[in-house]
Amino acid sequence: MSEPSSGKVSPSKLSRRKLITTGLTAAAGVAGLGVAARLAQKYGLVPPDHGGIWGLGETLTYASQRLLTRHSLAREFSRSQISKPPFANEIEPPTDEFKRLQAGRFADWRLSVNGMVARPATFSIDQLKSYPSHTQITMLQCEEGWSYIAEWIGVPLSQILQTVEVLPQARYVVYFSIEPDTWESIDMADALHPQTFLTYGMNGGELPVGHGGPLRLRLPRQVGYKNVKFITHLTVTDNLKTFGKGVGGANAEGGYAWYAGI
Amino acid sequence: MSDSAYIPSAASALPAAVPTAVSNKTVTLRHSALVRVTHWITALCFFALLVSGAEIVISHPRFYWGEVGNDLTPTLFKLHIPASRKLVPTGYGYVWPDGNGWGRYLHFQAAWVVVLTGLLYLIFGWLTGHFRKSLLPRRADLSWRAMSTAIVSHLRFERPSEAEAWSYNLLQRLAYLFVVFVLFPLVIWTGLAMSPAFVSAFPSTVNVLGGQQSARTLHFFVSLSLVLFLLVHVGMVWFAGFRSRMRRPRRNNTSRR
Repeated sequence: MSEPSSGKVSPSKLSRRKLITTGLTAAAGVAGLGVAARLAQKYGLVPPDHGGIWGLGETLTYASQRLLTRHSLAREFSRSQISKPPFANEIEPPTDEFKRLQAGRFADWRLSVNGMVARPATFSIDQLKSYPSHTQITMLQCEEGWSYIAEWIGVPLSQILQTVEVLPQARYVVYFSIEPDTWESIDMADALHPQTFLTYGMNGGELPVGHGGPLRLRLPRQVGYKNVKFITHLTVTDNLKTFGKGVGGANAEGGYAWYAGI
Repeated sequence: MSDSAYIPSAASALPAAVPTAVSNKTVTLRHSALVRVTHWITALCFFALLVSGAEIVISHPRFYWGEVGNDLTPTLFKLHIPASRKLVPTGYGYVWPDGNGWGRYLHFQAAWVVVLTGLLYLIFGWLTGHFRKSLLPRRADLSWRAMSTAIVSHLRFERPSEAEAWSYNLLQRLAYLFVVFVLFPLVIWTGLAMSPAFVSAFPSTVNVLGGQQSARTLHFFVSLSLVLFLLVHVGMVWFAGFRSRMRRPRRNNTSRR
């Protein structure tokens, strides 16, 4: 700053040229934002909770993550880093239906898949286990700040989506828990990500009920609340507006961000 | 000059302009418009980040070192306050209401605004030579004698000469440089190192810190350092006379040549 800036712009200095330049810059800015918004929509950079006062931050976060981290893999750890015992967060008291299924050792547990798929299907846990099982030793991070590392065993969600033949226009996978009002959704980048699992095992054994057994959606690149427990149903869609209040999940409806990769 | 020339203090985290031409009625601003605007946006964002950060911390007021930490693992230290989650063993019966939804929304939104504002400030500071002129210590200030004099006069709260009031002294320059180029980058880095998606693309950002929980603990301490800076900064401005420092057009109708 060689010159101290003057405190006021005298009216005489507001020349016609200045007004025209300012006007054109503003118009270009608005047009630029419009184009940016359209491009962002087209390339799937706008989260369903982009409205309201937090829309700016959420959109910037989601768009940046999609541009930077679409294909990156969550960090994997060595077996010696597995937390013993893994910390199981609080769960709601089980419903009667859950207790009935648990009494039958979850033999009657079903995962139904429908929506924008060519072949809607229903899977038992045993059927899910008949696909080649995959494992990952990854960290589960809670938005509260705590974390643990575990070995997660399951079938990649992409395998199931391939089996039911997802239609090309699909944009989101919505997943539902047996717990009332518990559901979330992810975009196809996360749904087809190789570390997104339908998890039925943990640390070499069955997935304990406290960790979401018999079936949990495991998504190591997003924090805990997107890793919904007790999964019974998946719907593939191109539009989240028709689900609940249209913001893509029970947590988003409860005031939490839809995209939780941060 | 009245109290407005009193220094060891800063009007803002950001730099001074030395008036060149001064006539009786000239209105002279200590800081350029961009420095003022970015300063106050940063101040507002910092307040938002502090409130929302505290809100997030109370959901789990325990700190760890390494990769993992939870209610079952030993802590590095814990804050002796109630939590906003009833599962956390705090020793208190009281549980705060949950504010992590808006807390996280506000934290990340304010982070975006402050980062973008910071980028604008950095580009501006680079282009105008602001950092070199106003923040880098002058060579003459770096002798032991000059440094000890500056420190002693600072500790004695001595009034500076009038000329000094128009630029930063050594301690201010070092403090601001440290905040702008060390603490802010560190707080952003340690924040990003907690993001599971960000570290999937840039794993070394968390690995070199010793793990995700280490990043969280460091984030807490860097934030505390920024709060400490803020307290000293505001205290100094208050000592120096807030009104004369902050009142926008600094009327230069006292004799200044």
